Amino acid sequence: MDRFVYLDHAATTATRPEVVEEMLPYFTEKFGNPSSIYSFSSQNKDAIVNARRIIGDSLGTDAANIYFTAGGSESDNWALKETARTYASKGKHIITTKIEHHAILHTCEFLEKEGYEVTYVGVDEHGIVKLDELKAAIRPDTILISVMFANNEIGTIQPIKEIGAIAREHGVLFHTDAVQAYGQLPINVDDMNIDMLSASGHKLNGPKGVGFLYIRKGIKIRNLIHGGAQERARRAGTENVPGIVGLGKAVEIAFATMEERTKKEIELRNYLIDRVMAEIPYTRVNGHIDKRLPNNANFSFQFIEGESLLIMLDMAGVCASSGSACTSGSLDPSHVLLAIGLPHEIAHGSLRLTLGDENTKEEIDYVIDNLKDIVQRLRDMSPLYEDFIKKSR
Amino acid sequence: MYSEKVMDHFQNPRNVGEIENASGVGTVGNAKCGDIMRIYFDIDDNQVIQDVKFKTFGCGAAVATSSMATELVKGKTIYEALQVTNKAVMEALDGLPPVKVHCSLLAEEAIHAALWDYAEKNGIKIEGLEKPKSDISEHEEEEDY
Repeated sequence: MDRFVYLDHAATTATRPEVVEEMLPYFTEKFGNPSSIYSFSSQNKDAIVNARRIIGDSLGTDAANIYFTAGGSESDNWALKETARTYASKGKHIITTKIEHHAILHTCEFLEKEGYEVTYVGVDEHGIVKLDELKAAIRPDTILISVMFANNEIGTIQPIKEIGAIAREHGVLFHTDAVQAYGQLPINVDDMNIDMLSASGHKLNGPKGVGFLYIRKGIKIRNLIHGGAQERARRAGTENVPGIVGLGKAVEIAFATMEERTKKEIELRNYLIDRVMAEIPYTRVNGHIDKRLPNNANFSFQFIEGESLLIMLDMAGVCASSGSACTSGSLDPSHVLLAIGLPHEIAHGSLRLTLGDENTKEEIDYVIDNLKDIVQRLRDMSPLYEDFIKKSR
Repeated sequence: MYSEKVMDHFQNPRNVGEIENASGVGTVGNAKCGDIMRIYFDIDDNQVIQDVKFKTFGCGAAVATSSMATELVKGKTIYEALQVTNKAVMEALDGLPPVKVHCSLLAEEAIHAALWDYAEKNGIKIEGLEKPKSDISEHEEEEDY
């Protein structure tokens, strides 16, 4: 029997069967356009209202502040580009970090070409944003601070409440990309002074192609998508009703099960980290030991390269990911691993394992047993390991 | 993404290892880019490559091209080995994805570097062999974990 162990939940997750079931009628019998006037379509309007309420509740805010989008990347693009355009008369300076997702970083690069200035604040060796650097970067013309809630590669959770307070104190808007954190960590947008928040459905066992942007009441950023009057005329396009219904259901389940689920994930994740560190020498854990997402483990194995590791794990039926150059399509390894100060060759040998609630201890043991062999096999093939052994003799 | 041949040579790499007191050793690439290849030759008095071994730090394509390159030069004279190009290695592997072509260049360079080392050790000149372009720079500080 071929094994299949999925440990890449930060990449995407399976849509829960109960979520799919909830969505299905909206493809077939309840296909109406929510904007239509006839009563046949009103059930679709109601379904969207319901999903919006669930999401508003999950963030401790009014449903009216939730705007559905086609996913995390669109939400990030909207928040950054339209804050920039709307507030250009106040200033053209944006602050973000070196470890953001490309949906933020590439949008910032785009804005730089449009004449905006962006400061990329550094992080410490655990991946936590340097708050003194962030404070020092604020200028009179700073219009936006965007810091991710938790990092997608190394799982580090940022001091969002403190950053929100700093932004508020300086009268600067604060956006957070919470694509990885939403559904895994409790978030209250008022408590944490969050002005805008991006999230996505498919990271929390919802469907792909749907997400939302939370925009604090009173913040009037312009539209990214122009057209019809959907989403109170702020995001055009006929609503993705099945997707929105699925997102609502997935959020409902994720928040109802959060405490129990994340407790179990943390236990399993710590077991994974402890076993790997005890049994595989010349290995380091990347990220913060406590301030990390419940399901994230990230390692660097010295002397080996990540893509080889991933292919061999794949042959053992294990799905994982790496920050090596060969998996990113460039010659440089992950910008996140370089930002926490790893030398290139260590960054090339990284492995990210992200758990989900279906993973078992037996699966983790299977993965580690295979991982041990694979790492040793690759080291036996590595000239770096050969040099290291000869030097230490 | 990879051809069956590449996967075969990655899963079952030929000629992995070291040769003690090798006639020639060549190391190319650098850890920064994520690829290092080292090739060892055992060359007899008739300038025939009797044995060849390799070690590689790198992606699946890097391992597979090293493995194929060693297969292509084994039993050949040094002049025949010099004719083994990156194109030949790629063709023998039924092709590589475009982003991995540099791996095959590294294999060609590793062969040249090992031949260069052999020539230097024996005080001979191999017609047509140029000093290899890239050689491994001294390792950055080893770190302890």
